[in-house]
Amino acid sequence: MIRNTPSWRIAAAAVAAGLTLAACGTTNDSSNSSSGSSGGSSCQNYKLAYLGATTGDYGALGQNMVGGIKLALDEYNKDHSDCKVDVQVFDSQGNPEKATPLATQIVGDDSIVGLVGPGFSGESLATGKTFAEAGLPVISPSATQVSITQQGWSNWHRVIGNDAGQGAADAKYLTDTANAKKVFVADDGSDYGKGLADVVKQTLGSTVVDTDTVSTGQTDFSATVTKVKSSGADAFFYGGYYAEAGLLAKQLRQAGFTGLFMSGDGSEDPAFVQAAGAQAANGAILSAPAAPAPADFNSKYKAVNGSDSGLYSTQAYDAANIFLAGLDAGKADPQALNDFIGSYSGDGVSGPIAFDSKGDVKESTIWAYTVKNGKLDTENPTPIK
Amino acid sequence: MNFAFLFNNFAELTITGLTLGAVYALVALGYTMVYGVLQLINFAHSEVFMFGTFAVAWVVVFFHGTSSVSQSLGSTLGLMAIALVAAMITSALIALLLERVAYRPLINRGAPKLIILISAIGASFSLAEIMGLRDRIVGWFGLRDNLAVYVNQARNVYSSPVTIDPKPLFTIGGYGVTDVDVLVLGSALLMMFALDQFVRRSRAGRGIRAVAQDPESAALMGVNSNRVIQLTFLLGGLMAGAAATLYMIRIGSTRQNAGFIFGVKAFTAAVMGGIGNLRGALLGGLVLGVFENWGSAVFGTEWKDVVAFVLLVLVLLVRPQGLLGEALGKARA
Repeated sequence: MIRNTPSWRIAAAAVAAGLTLAACGTTNDSSNSSSGSSGGSSCQNYKLAYLGATTGDYGALGQNMVGGIKLALDEYNKDHSDCKVDVQVFDSQGNPEKATPLATQIVGDDSIVGLVGPGFSGESLATGKTFAEAGLPVISPSATQVSITQQGWSNWHRVIGNDAGQGAADAKYLTDTANAKKVFVADDGSDYGKGLADVVKQTLGSTVVDTDTVSTGQTDFSATVTKVKSSGADAFFYGGYYAEAGLLAKQLRQAGFTGLFMSGDGSEDPAFVQAAGAQAANGAILSAPAAPAPADFNSKYKAVNGSDSGLYSTQAYDAANIFLAGLDAGKADPQALNDFIGSYSGDGVSGPIAFDSKGDVKESTIWAYTVKNGKLDTENPTPIK
Repeated sequence: MNFAFLFNNFAELTITGLTLGAVYALVALGYTMVYGVLQLINFAHSEVFMFGTFAVAWVVVFFHGTSSVSQSLGSTLGLMAIALVAAMITSALIALLLERVAYRPLINRGAPKLIILISAIGASFSLAEIMGLRDRIVGWFGLRDNLAVYVNQARNVYSSPVTIDPKPLFTIGGYGVTDVDVLVLGSALLMMFALDQFVRRSRAGRGIRAVAQDPESAALMGVNSNRVIQLTFLLGGLMAGAAATLYMIRIGSTRQNAGFIFGVKAFTAAVMGGIGNLRGALLGGLVLGVFENWGSAVFGTEWKDVVAFVLLVLVLLVRPQGLLGEALGKARA
């Protein structure tokens, strides 16, 4: 009976209202500025944030990106030793649910002037609104799904070509260069993998002979392999990441599939060759909207990070450098920095960079990397025109 | 719903399903034995399996180096035999470590089963993360450079550099059954038969069945229940090590969270066959492997896991004790 008394109802309503208000608002009053001084021109010790997977299934990709950022910061800080910029890494494990509260943390920290990230498309879509509302400039080195730049977020950019471009180029490669007549398209159901595969399927039209969807983490693909063989396909396209792509390639070849194996930038990693085994990986074509890094990039990267650079290192490096160029030009205010990025034009190690009104890079060539002699040839890709 | 595809490729889908199911079954044995003796779901058994897969990969890297080659099964048998021994020892050691650290202190204190279950889940995560952080752990001892090929990129996919090329031996229903298929299915059946005979005929096996039936009476009869429990974990670990070797022969790659999904499926297989029943684990594993493939063929591979778990629910609705029902303690001598 106590539950029905008026005072209980009022209390319950108050609690509900309080919870709703707490959930709605992104507040800046909980943040603390990391710079102690408030004097005019003293150093503010800005930070760049990285949001993405540094641990978990795709931690390797995130670590590549953090390494690229650190290299850029190392070079900047050598010239600006009196006012260094640092990076703060927010590990989302590539998971949109984990990324969302981290995004709230990032916008609440005043010393963070820009975000290099998010690493993946799923988390970009999940966190985009938070960053847009705060006006924080964002440059993603690797999130390629098309719909991200269609959300109207004027602060969101990416230095990498999107999947519409990559998917269309991949389909073109399959029909024009590989002369495939029957293509089997598979994907892993993720925002990135499915997005890319859908573009390929749309562009190929009736050349697609059958499709299938697997899951990330799956290791036995016997049903898919059987489907491919029974469809009589002469080419196989996979939208997804290197762990599954490698195992798919291995199991397809073991079952006697002799057609072309092709995948996108999520598979363009030496780990693909390891997972597939050299013999199965040979001849595989992996596309990426990224040109090979210049010769000295890897040695400089290794000197700062202690390991080799990998997929997306150059993109993260370029993204960080754009922010640093903005800071150098005195644009630390979010709106000013955003405008600077929007009008930026320059050459990064990953290619020429200029952004269109939606945040995509204007120019993006898709490169086809081949696995030859048991190694992913990262030096000599052919551009897909 | 693509039934035509299923019927046209029935032999291939079934046989490849059986080979995967055989590996599920070997892992399921570990779950079922520990449950039969302790009424505990050993969630960390998936990590026992995962450590075994890494042991296989490390043995291959140790003896062969890191260059990626493809070999026939025949020429790799020697290496795989060594890997099998290494995997079985590694898995058994991890299983015994688990028992000693995560379970025995709680069992001795008479903790409720739920608490021990939570300990199992914690142990599972800890073991998986330890494997994922092996580069840093090795770094504490200053061995990071020496052991680089074993620990680098600790969270990434870790592949055995020797890929085994299956060779078709004979044809059934249009599918060329390969030597790898025969090896995996055959050795899994052999090991399960050996374990079954051990539990049924040997003195130690009688002890296991006694403790499974009634721990107090078994103690009164002179059975050392601590020893029996250790033996149970040891046997489960040995089977998981064998499963790990067969898995690496067939799939070839592993990572620190590879145990998780596999463990869930193997546990499902154990429950479906009748938890606590060794032959049930075998049947459950094979049935699960086959139905996963059939389900993928009919509905599409994205439905594979749905099919597996719906099957589990259906079996339990009709027969709650599992397909074969009777438990370890009731096995006749």
